[in-house]
Amino acid sequence: MTANEALPLAVIASSLLPGLAIFALPERRVGLRTALNLFGAIAKLALVATLLAGVSAGEAYAFRYAVLPGIDLAFKADALALLFITLSAVLWLFTTLYAIGYLEKAPNRSRFFGFFSLCVTATMGIAMAGNLFTFFVFYELLTLATFPLVVHRGTTQAMRGGTIYLAYTLFGGTVLLTGIVWLFALIGHTEFTQGGVLSTRADLPPWKLQSIFLLMILGVGVKAALVPLHGWLPQAMVAPAPVSALLHAVAVVKAGAFGIVRIVYEVFGVEFAQLLNLLFPLALVAAFTIVWGSLRAAFQDDLKKRLAFSTVSQVSYIVLGVALFGPLGTIGGLVHLVHQGIMKITLFFCAGNYAETLGIHKVSELNGAGRRMPLTTLAFTVGALGMMGAPLTAGAVSKAWLMDGAAAAGMGWATGVLWLSSLLSAAYFLPILWRAWLLAPPKAWPTPRIAPHGWRETAWLLLLPPLFTAAATVAAAMLAELSFGTIPVTPLAWARLIAAREYGALNAP
Amino acid sequence: MVWLIALPLGWASLTVLLGPRRGAWTAISALTAQLWLAFELAQTVRATGTVRHAVGGWGAPLGIDLAVDGLSAAMLLLAQGVALPVAIYARAYFKVRSGHPGGVWFWPLLGFLIAGLNALFASADLFNLYVTLELVGLAAVALVAAGGGAPQVAAALRYLFATLLGSGAYLLGVALIYGVYGTVSTATLEPLLTVEAPRLAWIAGLLMLSGLMLKTALFPFHYWLPPAHGGAATPVSALLSALVVKASFYLILRLWIGPFAALVDRIAWLPAVLGATAVIWGSWHALRAVRLKALVAWSTVAQIGYLFLVFPLLGDDRIALHAGGMQMVSHAFAKAAMFTAAGVIVHTTGRDAVAEVAGVASRLPVTLFAFGLAGMTLMGLPPSGGFLAKWLLIEAALARGRWDMVVVVLAGGLLAAAYTFRVLRQAFLLPPSGERRRVERRPIAVLEWTAFVLAAASVAMGLRGMEIVQLLDAGT
Amino acid sequence: MTGGLLFALTGVALFASGVAGVVLIDNLLRRILAFNLMGSGAFLVLVGLAQRNEVADPVPQAMVLTGIVVAVAATALALAMTRKYHALTGRLELTGDDND
Repeated sequence: MTANEALPLAVIASSLLPGLAIFALPERRVGLRTALNLFGAIAKLALVATLLAGVSAGEAYAFRYAVLPGIDLAFKADALALLFITLSAVLWLFTTLYAIGYLEKAPNRSRFFGFFSLCVTATMGIAMAGNLFTFFVFYELLTLATFPLVVHRGTTQAMRGGTIYLAYTLFGGTVLLTGIVWLFALIGHTEFTQGGVLSTRADLPPWKLQSIFLLMILGVGVKAALVPLHGWLPQAMVAPAPVSALLHAVAVVKAGAFGIVRIVYEVFGVEFAQLLNLLFPLALVAAFTIVWGSLRAAFQDDLKKRLAFSTVSQVSYIVLGVALFGPLGTIGGLVHLVHQGIMKITLFFCAGNYAETLGIHKVSELNGAGRRMPLTTLAFTVGALGMMGAPLTAGAVSKAWLMDGAAAAGMGWATGVLWLSSLLSAAYFLPILWRAWLLAPPKAWPTPRIAPHGWRETAWLLLLPPLFTAAATVAAAMLAELSFGTIPVTPLAWARLIAAREYGALNAP
Repeated sequence: MVWLIALPLGWASLTVLLGPRRGAWTAISALTAQLWLAFELAQTVRATGTVRHAVGGWGAPLGIDLAVDGLSAAMLLLAQGVALPVAIYARAYFKVRSGHPGGVWFWPLLGFLIAGLNALFASADLFNLYVTLELVGLAAVALVAAGGGAPQVAAALRYLFATLLGSGAYLLGVALIYGVYGTVSTATLEPLLTVEAPRLAWIAGLLMLSGLMLKTALFPFHYWLPPAHGGAATPVSALLSALVVKASFYLILRLWIGPFAALVDRIAWLPAVLGATAVIWGSWHALRAVRLKALVAWSTVAQIGYLFLVFPLLGDDRIALHAGGMQMVSHAFAKAAMFTAAGVIVHTTGRDAVAEVAGVASRLPVTLFAFGLAGMTLMGLPPSGGFLAKWLLIEAALARGRWDMVVVVLAGGLLAAAYTFRVLRQAFLLPPSGERRRVERRPIAVLEWTAFVLAAASVAMGLRGMEIVQLLDAGT
Repeated sequence: MTGGLLFALTGVALFASGVAGVVLIDNLLRRILAFNLMGSGAFLVLVGLAQRNEVADPVPQAMVLTGIVVAVAATALALAMTRKYHALTGRLELTGDDND
């Protein structure tokens, strides 16, 4: 096995092996468990950095294993995969730190971190999948690995949320499998190819290809929370905050969106999809989801549920970007995959901080939270401004590219949708900021659990991750075009690399 | 090859004399040797094709011919591969339940069961198959009844009559075939049975098929299975669901693609329709089962239905055959794992109702993991062997435009998820607070880990698909 | 009608009545008897077939001998279990209710 073949496997192993080891640890071995977690996270980052350097230089990292005659498990770390992998690896490190702080003294931590690691392993597998078969394998593994995390607390509400989650995702998986096997029966393989595997198969009956597209999008659309398949997301908020952060910023919803990206670009090919009239309906669904998610968010009092609906809306920015035919839209969608991840995880970290430190779960309880927890609220503000697309935040960068892409694709109405969504985001985020900064705090917080020490308003491990990710949100905007020599370092630069390779010419401004 | 039959016969008789403790060790060592023998045999078959042997040097028609091709070799491997962990499990199981009289008779009966199974997979003529079928059936019935109370004996009696009816019909079929063709060797019969076969041959085929379907508990002949598998001692349930029902299915498959291949096209739809009904019916009852082991037993009824879906899809491309083989192998490991895991849960908590499994996740993590992994195969989720079987089945169905079968397969997977998660959800729930002081037995590592090994095997099948397919194709 | 054919037809009739007995009768002992009837029917068919040529064919006769041994073992098992069942419950019929 060459080094190029071993690297993808090593990336998977860097979270799988520590995860399996953690399952076997007794509850009280806190130090060892933390060490394993961090070792895995840092090892993975190192491997990802190597991959980044290699792929931007044009190296190919791939691994194949024959599972059945004609069907391979295939890993391919290409530029698109690395976008997702880097996001996951970086955010996994932060979420691990956060989770260690959040779950201090909670029961069943070994089980939690074991499944946590399996979750990230599955995400890596999804990102590096070289064909639909491999994608499906890890897609379902993700479902199985996240279920125990959602029901971790063991209460009846947790169970109910978990059951709904499972029902939606297993159904989606079944529909996706149908599409995949049908495709396999038609063309004899399921490989992802740059430019689209089907783009050379105009001989196949269009109705079959369109039906396959529909099935596949329905299947991944459940995880990507496209309306009306999004019902599981608000229900899954019963999970502990680190789980919500991981699910909504990194793993599950991004896996769904990533699936849509792969299907449109590397199974159908964006030009072929346009020919089959598939992109416009997709754009419509995405637009509807964007608006609907924002509307529902405005009416939620529970903080995490408000953030959940905000996610429903924001993830569809990515889908909209994909459906806007042209490199600008592609860049906008892809870069938002990363930016939304960073911003949303900041928001969920802060929500978790409010809940853990002061017992705040509802927006109406946030009065004056800025006085008591200024740093957390600052991070929350940055994240919220990013969601609104305010200048100097990552969200503004993605929004700009998406709007340019909409104009270039001749879908001016999409620009209107994006503006509407920004306004609605303001409508449900600004009141929170208003309450937190400008209103007086109540006489007593609901359940204060952590006392402040000087300016350390809550536990270290709870405070630092959101500050880092908030800083990253700003950095992603200010340093948007940065490169280390020829290695694109920021999400935007990387997204442009991917688009260039997909469209074959770097003609973006 | 003959050792695979002679050895278990030997230690079965020996363990009667040795008693349960030393008998258990004898059985486990012998099974290990048998597993190794089965591996060797499989290697030989893959390398050189079908292996034949005439017992005692006397060939057919009066002697007994044995023949092992790829499919037989795979089943032999499966039988030893499941029996060994279950034997290890059983030793610990009966040790803890000292006083359970089933422990005394388990070992000899296990030996006869394995001997019968091995002989069945290696047989090459119809009558010998009858004898082995009876041996397996009687051993299985006795295992169900051994050491049990009235419900077990009643279930065993019901099972006995069903199995005797089945093998009786089979025997009559064999008799009629002999009457028409003058031979019972499967190899000789294959070219003789053409579409113009006399009516007696058709009737014989129908009799044999029905008899075997009764023994495989295909809907609507499944009535005997849930009480027998759900009520027996856990190691017995594991063996029955994993191996015994596979044996009669294997026979149906053999006859279908062998001697009766020319006759069956017209009725291929029948097993598939019954199989689809079994999937729905079995899953429905599993969802409503009160007892944990009854749930697992009804799951067997449903999963057997999957096996029968392959019949309309058999053809030259062999995809459906591979699907059937994969499903047999994966389900055997998964079901054995599920039963052994259920046994651990029942033993540790002292309760056997599904609703009372609350909270075992923290006390029995290995067992729950085993149950979950086994469930993955039953649901057909990747990367398990069950997923590969499901993929192949859907591929074969789509190649023939059978969208109805695709729907059945997918619906079955979702239903399996429903009843599997019924148990897993309960396990993750916090136990109701008043119950935490309930007295329980300590979990036993051997029991938990053998369940886990079986479950891991069923998932590992998902990664070794190439070897399994190559083995199944060997010797053809 | 040749002797062989007569045997065979009788055998089928016995087989059918045996099956009917096993399925329809409730009393366990009678069901065991019906099973034996069924077995005998199958054996008669085989014996009848053995006589269809001038010289008796030994193969079916060997099969019948084997079959008788198997039937004896099965009957013994059935009787032992019936006895146990009777000792445990005092009944000689299976009740149809222990499905879960």
